[in-house]
Amino acid sequence: MSEQPTLGGATTPSVDRPQASNISGASVRPGDRVFRSAALTAGAIVLVVMAAIAVFLVYRAVPALRDNTANFLTFQQWFPDNDPSTFGIGALLYFTVLTSVLAMIIALPVAVGIALFITYYAPRRASQTLGYFVDLLAAVPSIVYGLWGFAFLAPRMTGLVQFMDKYFGWIPLFDYRPTNVPNNLSPFTASVILAIMILPIISSISREVFRQVPREQVEAALALGATRWEMIRTAVLPFGRAGVTSAAILGLGRALGETLAVTLVLSTAYEVSLHITENGGVTFASNIALKYGEAGEVGTGALIASGLCLFVITLAVNFTANLVIRRQRSA
Amino acid sequence: MAVLDKSAPATPVEGLAGQKLPPWALPALVGAVVAVAALLWATTGFAGRAGFLVFAVTLYLIAQSVVSFTVEGRRQSVDRLFTTLMYVAFLLAALPLVVITWYTVKEGVGVLSSDFLFSSMFRINPEGPGGGIYHAIVGTLIQSLLATLLAAPIGILAAIYLVEYGGGRPFARAVSLFVDVMTGVPSIVAGLFIYAFWILALGFQRSGLAGSLALFILMLPIVIRSSEEMLKLVPMDLREASYALGVPKWRTILSVVLPTALAGIVTGVMLGVARIAGETAPLLLLVGTNQRIEFNPFSGTEDPTPQASLPTYIFEQFGIAVGNTEAPAFQRAWGAALVLIIIIGLLSLIARLVARLVRVRG
Amino acid sequence: MAKSIDVSGVDIFYGSFKAVEDVSMTIEPRSVTAFIGPSGCGKSTVLRTLNRMHEVIPGARVEGKVLLDGEDIYGSQVDPVNVRRTIGMVFQKPNPFPTMSIYDNVVAGLKLAGRTRKAQTDEVVERSLRGANLWEEVKDRLAKPGSSLSGGQQQRLCIARAIAVSPQVLLMDEPCSALDPISTLAIEDLISELKERYTIVIVTHNMQQAARVSDRTGFFNLNGVGQPGRLIEMDDTQKIFSNPSNKRTEDYITGRFG
Repeated sequence: MSEQPTLGGATTPSVDRPQASNISGASVRPGDRVFRSAALTAGAIVLVVMAAIAVFLVYRAVPALRDNTANFLTFQQWFPDNDPSTFGIGALLYFTVLTSVLAMIIALPVAVGIALFITYYAPRRASQTLGYFVDLLAAVPSIVYGLWGFAFLAPRMTGLVQFMDKYFGWIPLFDYRPTNVPNNLSPFTASVILAIMILPIISSISREVFRQVPREQVEAALALGATRWEMIRTAVLPFGRAGVTSAAILGLGRALGETLAVTLVLSTAYEVSLHITENGGVTFASNIALKYGEAGEVGTGALIASGLCLFVITLAVNFTANLVIRRQRSA
Repeated sequence: MAVLDKSAPATPVEGLAGQKLPPWALPALVGAVVAVAALLWATTGFAGRAGFLVFAVTLYLIAQSVVSFTVEGRRQSVDRLFTTLMYVAFLLAALPLVVITWYTVKEGVGVLSSDFLFSSMFRINPEGPGGGIYHAIVGTLIQSLLATLLAAPIGILAAIYLVEYGGGRPFARAVSLFVDVMTGVPSIVAGLFIYAFWILALGFQRSGLAGSLALFILMLPIVIRSSEEMLKLVPMDLREASYALGVPKWRTILSVVLPTALAGIVTGVMLGVARIAGETAPLLLLVGTNQRIEFNPFSGTEDPTPQASLPTYIFEQFGIAVGNTEAPAFQRAWGAALVLIIIIGLLSLIARLVARLVRVRG
Repeated sequence: MAKSIDVSGVDIFYGSFKAVEDVSMTIEPRSVTAFIGPSGCGKSTVLRTLNRMHEVIPGARVEGKVLLDGEDIYGSQVDPVNVRRTIGMVFQKPNPFPTMSIYDNVVAGLKLAGRTRKAQTDEVVERSLRGANLWEEVKDRLAKPGSSLSGGQQQRLCIARAIAVSPQVLLMDEPCSALDPISTLAIEDLISELKERYTIVIVTHNMQQAARVSDRTGFFNLNGVGQPGRLIEMDDTQKIFSNPSNKRTEDYITGRFG
């Protein structure tokens, strides 16, 4: 029964019903054909748009890439409109991946904790409200996160940054070298903001996965005398591993493309640096948001080329996440 | 059963009643920990509210584990440790939400007035006080509405294709996969695409409409997904009952399936609107800003200027303030942010109410 | 090692709905007690209150006393985790942990208790699988996932998992309802072997099964839809099936309803 039944009895034609052929012929009546085509077209628009994004970005990026005299993949500066034109995504790629991966590392344990809290710890009646509450974090616009990160969070990170510098400064990541008091317009602050922004997506997907854990598995663990945490470790976490993995990857994808929160928080600098608590850094998205206004013809093409890279990266990330979860679903 | 008979129990049998912490133990422990932390903060060089919280929570986790381990044993103490960690995780998420909301209200409420809501920035010195966001509200509403007018019908039709006609065909599976992938397209990439396509290739000017096109791309997969979920919820019996009456498939979908799922679909569309209403990046590229009220979304750069919108307004004011959080422009940015959050909050609230009202009836 | 269970005046609720009313019974050690009755009569619910699995369902609660060798399992100082370690359970649908091997499934309960040495667990695995009459069939593929077994084998694996922690009592909630006749026979044989060591309580909707495997039988029924279920009669299985003292029991046994 993979076919949708076209009519009540038409799926099982029998000899004593001579009209069977007439009945099945009804599925190609004009109204059906028009409506079906309309629906099909709407579905096709998704594919067309995705293809068009790739085509137009490539089409506009190529001329600028031809003019570029620097190595596009490794060069760290962005001077597309100079003569000769030099630009590269070295710094963009580095800081985009750095901030996003850090954000995911910060967000993942918290998000899984929230998901477990809502599905297995909070009172049943409150769980839906609590889930809605966490989802509200996703409703806050990116630019408001940016404002808040700049005006509220960054100034309050100083103590933490100094603490990490003092006790963990031997790790280059946390080493703060300048002598002034940090004002934290840094990749680290950006990562924290991104972590907050991707919390809801990771936790809501994990929540769905945890909710689907078969009741028999949960009861099997409890009946063996497992405590609540032991039940989660034996029955829930193994079942949810694929789902949580893909949730984390999707969260990473969100962080990679996030624009304004990062733009407002980072004080832009194009040098690759391991010291994440020091000011500086620039991402694909923040570079586009900052440079589009002053870009000339080559500059625009260069920004589109960087946007193409971002598109390809997020595409790969999202494909991976979807494959992981689809494989789990079919298994 | 020789094997069974000679074997001894693997674990010694204990009594049912294990040692258990009395109900007052944990609250007492919280009190003790807070007292210790407060004492330390008062008498030593430790300072800062955040540090206090981190210290108190860590100390509590350690103290609870030690107490529970000695009284109740390893398994109970691990269980308690993770229980507390789950609560902490939830509070960690609730904290930024509460703080962002509180801070936006605190910073934004000062400039809110009927003047701020109902006047534009036309002929206002951007570095001085005064001016308003009326033009930006108008722009945001019109651009979101345009995007919705495009995304809702196409999205619902596409969902109908996936649920009613797709039936696991390769093409439907491809569409379904790409809907998921499209959800992850960064908003700035959607903006760049419309820029390359609409403005560079087709030669149109920057306008509210161009922004709406990018918002449409961002909204489409959200609408498809949520509508698909709702259509899947419609029981098969309803369709079969309709087919059995001799109603053709397309009439069945329009008159039986869609009305049944309508409330859910409307909810999904409204949540989609809420998601795009705060989008900033594509609007920066495709619309730009304007100080005047402009109702026409087709109005381009030269006749006379494109529309403003709340997100781009915030970004513009942030730029004018050049990092000075006390500047009037920064205050206006917060005011606009507050209004934007209220609009989005209202949209999602109404969406949830629609969903709830109908759930009770159905 | 096997213990007796005394149930007195137990009422069981789902939220405000009273599912079972005023059940009292004594379950003898080293015997098989069967619960029979029409669906919805609360026999599974009663079974789940015997090891505090009932309260896993949100809003569910129990009033009354359940004594395990004189100790109230609902006492305020009693940890449900300990109760469930002492009173094992086998469910209607075989539910081995899908991500674990056969070996790991058997020792899952032991692992929770911690302190498991390989030599010791090897011994427990063999003993438990032999006890569940599964050893010969799986001894060469202990590392395979538990879900690779047939339904009947999975159910015996679950029994092995339950007896691996050396419980006092074994509760079985319609353990054969998802199985074919041959697997059912294997489980029934196993039950009669296990009763030499454990107190066994089995819920079944199959009266022949109750007659075959059990020493005592309790018949549950309800007066009507929405009414709580009650224990109508409990007696030696032979007597229940040959000469029940209650008219409704007789009607049910002879197939006049249910």
